[in-house]
Amino acid sequence: MVIEGEPELSESAAVEHEVHHPALQHHFENLEQQREAGTLGMWVFLVTEIMFFGGMFFAYTLYRSQYGLAFASASNHLDWKLGAFNTAVLIFSSFTMAYAVYSVQIGKQRRTIVSLIVTIILGLTFLGVKAVEYHDKYRDHLIPGRLIPGHNFDPSHVHLLPGASAQNVEIFYWIYFAMTGMHAVHMIIGVGLLSVILFFTIRGRYDPEYHNPIEVSGLYWHFVDLIWIFLFPLLYLLGRHMEH
Amino acid sequence: MSEHIVSVRIYLVIFLVLLVGTALTVAAGFVDFPGPLNVIIALTIASVKATLVLLYFMHLRYSARLTWVIFLSALFWMGLLFALTFSDYWTRQWLNQ
Repeated sequence: MVIEGEPELSESAAVEHEVHHPALQHHFENLEQQREAGTLGMWVFLVTEIMFFGGMFFAYTLYRSQYGLAFASASNHLDWKLGAFNTAVLIFSSFTMAYAVYSVQIGKQRRTIVSLIVTIILGLTFLGVKAVEYHDKYRDHLIPGRLIPGHNFDPSHVHLLPGASAQNVEIFYWIYFAMTGMHAVHMIIGVGLLSVILFFTIRGRYDPEYHNPIEVSGLYWHFVDLIWIFLFPLLYLLGRHMEH
Repeated sequence: MSEHIVSVRIYLVIFLVLLVGTALTVAAGFVDFPGPLNVIIALTIASVKATLVLLYFMHLRYSARLTWVIFLSALFWMGLLFALTFSDYWTRQWLNQ
């Protein structure tokens, strides 16, 4: 630590340098600055993620405004109970994630580990339910296009509302699989991230001074929850009221 | 600006409100409201839930102003995306009149 104008490196300054937190990287003044830079970087990344999903939300909005009845018919074929269950699972996982951040902030390593494990299990639960739903769609021939040889899209299982076109039902399923598929990919990445964080937490890398990787992974996890908060009503619920 | 520690109680309250919001949006989904009200109600509940996640779980409420600017820029670009593209789709039929 050489500051211009200082006579020379004093003994005490040298000692102070040595007691710097081991996680502090040399291009940052202190951990506080490092933490804020890390968090800000994650937010910038999340902005690009919002734009990424934004394109798909736009596609949904556009086609729903043009083929409302077909979208409602296709949407009503989804299992809203599984969707609602998954929403609750994700919200609970956001809570346990927030609790993991809180635990590391107050220096409770064991609680951090337990809440990270619970968060990972909840994430896997969500993915498991999603797999069941995808399998139901496969069984009902609702995988759009000819993605699976010999198993083409066939909307005959979908109960069409009066005036709805069967052809446009397929557009809904393209959007459904694109959006929930990309969301599921994010969930898988999130589970991977949290597993790495869990590993380093067990190794004792984080403490109340330095835990930015947990905080930043939490931001990502909550963001993925955020996307689902919009996906659930848009994909599963809008159209239920037209059922009868 | 040092790190703000949000209390467990706040996290719990937000968690419960989010669950209630989910139940509300499911219940409202089955009611046949007049006009476009179903969409408006669903999006309003989702936006409130999203705001709570952003403010408390994601600590935006306690974050630096720069973080707010970065986040709001996302809404700005999203707004541009929707506004400019829809201005195209909504006005296409005008040519045929």
